[in-house]
Amino acid sequence: MSIKAIQEEIIDEFSMFDDWMQRYEYMIDLGKGLPLIADKYKTDDNIIKGCQSKVWVHAELEADKLVFTADSDAIITKGIIAILIRAFSNQKPQDIIDADTAFIDEIGLKEHLSPTRANGLVSMIKQLKLYAVAYQTQLG
Amino acid sequence: MLKVENVRKDFPILKREINGKPLVYLDNAATSQTPQQVIDTITDYYHNYNANIHRGVHTLSQEATDKYEAARVTLQKHFNAAKTHEIIFTSGTTHSINLVANGFSSLIKKEDEILVSAMEHHSNIVPWQMLCERTGAILKVIPMNQEGELVMETYHELLSPKTKLVFCNHVSNALGTVNPIKEMIAAAHKVGAAVLIDGAQAAPHLVADVQELDVDFYTISAHKVCGPTGAGMLYGKEEWLKKLPPYQGGGEMIAEVTFEKTTYADLPHKFEAGTPNICGGIAFGAALDYINHIGFDAIAAYEQELLVYATTELLDIEGLKIYGTAKEKTSVISFNIEGIHPYDIGTILDKLGIAVRTGHHCAQPIMDFYKIPGTVRASFSFYNTKEEVDALVAGVKRAKSMLL
Repeated sequence: MSIKAIQEEIIDEFSMFDDWMQRYEYMIDLGKGLPLIADKYKTDDNIIKGCQSKVWVHAELEADKLVFTADSDAIITKGIIAILIRAFSNQKPQDIIDADTAFIDEIGLKEHLSPTRANGLVSMIKQLKLYAVAYQTQLG
Repeated sequence: MLKVENVRKDFPILKREINGKPLVYLDNAATSQTPQQVIDTITDYYHNYNANIHRGVHTLSQEATDKYEAARVTLQKHFNAAKTHEIIFTSGTTHSINLVANGFSSLIKKEDEILVSAMEHHSNIVPWQMLCERTGAILKVIPMNQEGELVMETYHELLSPKTKLVFCNHVSNALGTVNPIKEMIAAAHKVGAAVLIDGAQAAPHLVADVQELDVDFYTISAHKVCGPTGAGMLYGKEEWLKKLPPYQGGGEMIAEVTFEKTTYADLPHKFEAGTPNICGGIAFGAALDYINHIGFDAIAAYEQELLVYATTELLDIEGLKIYGTAKEKTSVISFNIEGIHPYDIGTILDKLGIAVRTGHHCAQPIMDFYKIPGTVRASFSFYNTKEEVDALVAGVKRAKSMLL
């Protein structure tokens, strides 16, 4: 599935909810299903700066696709990163670099989260794309 | 007796709705809200007498100067400073502390010791670390116990003739602890050390009498006491302010300037380079007038009532732990729920219209002490109500059920 198609699927899922509580409960559920980063990668080097809670992300190339794993000490943050990883993981680095992130606005994440958290969200997207750039360079 | 329903009418912002819910503002330790009286003062300034001060011969300049200097007298009286020129207008507590730290660069020598409490805000740690780096002085920490009180025995042991400066907050921003500063000041003076007390968190709750405390420096920010941001005060004893060199060079702080030599203006202008925050200073005075009109005794009594009520209600929630249980504390409650990150609680509370602070509260050493990433901090002001405490408690319960 393309990044675009996954993003549309996520938008569809979130459009079913009438209120913030359902959205947050869903996000918390998604957080619980986050593909967890291996403990050996939970290092300070892998912490994303700009989030009030701790977020670790690791990327690994499997064939020509980039696979992300992550973790956070805050459950709502875990939910957010789970959504991002769902859209971006198992994709070619170039597709991740080119991907649009407007779906974040459409599911009401950016505007509904506090400014510091929104900054964290921006940092997360930036970090995922940075990984993609690094691996794209490696792939040549 | 404080009539909270009347007080609330003075604060237009309290009528706001957040996410469709009435605003419950419990982040007063970060910044206090502004009453109409202070807003009117600000509007009046820009409507009627906005001008640069101290140098214009025209009427507007004179009016602005008079009001600005009248505000200085308001501050002097409020803190019972002996002299008006012991009150320096600054942009806030951080500026005040940096002014003193910078000034001491020339008075501190290698191997001199500086004592700082374990419960300081970063703004009262970093400037002293920088001072130590510049001078080779040694920074020592006055420890605290599990309740969030300073260990006074150790403090007395740390004091020695080598101690040149002691820094401590009057009230801890993260824990609400009221520190025994009078005892600390007296002990420091016995070994010849100067004392700076950061009064930012004390100012909204109690009145510090700088002469009675015999404190050398005392700092506060206007925005913690219903005033605007960007205005603050440094109180310094005249003898110290004379000893310290100017912090910034510029207009206003000079007596005479030639390219060979500049002589500095007298106090307080020596420390007030450039055009100050004139409106902010005037509004700062108006804010103190407003709070004094309500009365600190009434405020303290009411806030303690809120504190006791909120503490009791919150402790009823299973798994909730309060950090900072000093015998004497202001209306600040820092807490966590076992197994939940404070940030998650803060996020859910915001959806419910409840404003609290989450994180380390610019006091990371305290969080390291308790081995936690941060806390949720609810800080109450005299315009908060018991119903708002109930909303907080209900919100925390709801967050807990969603997050666990």
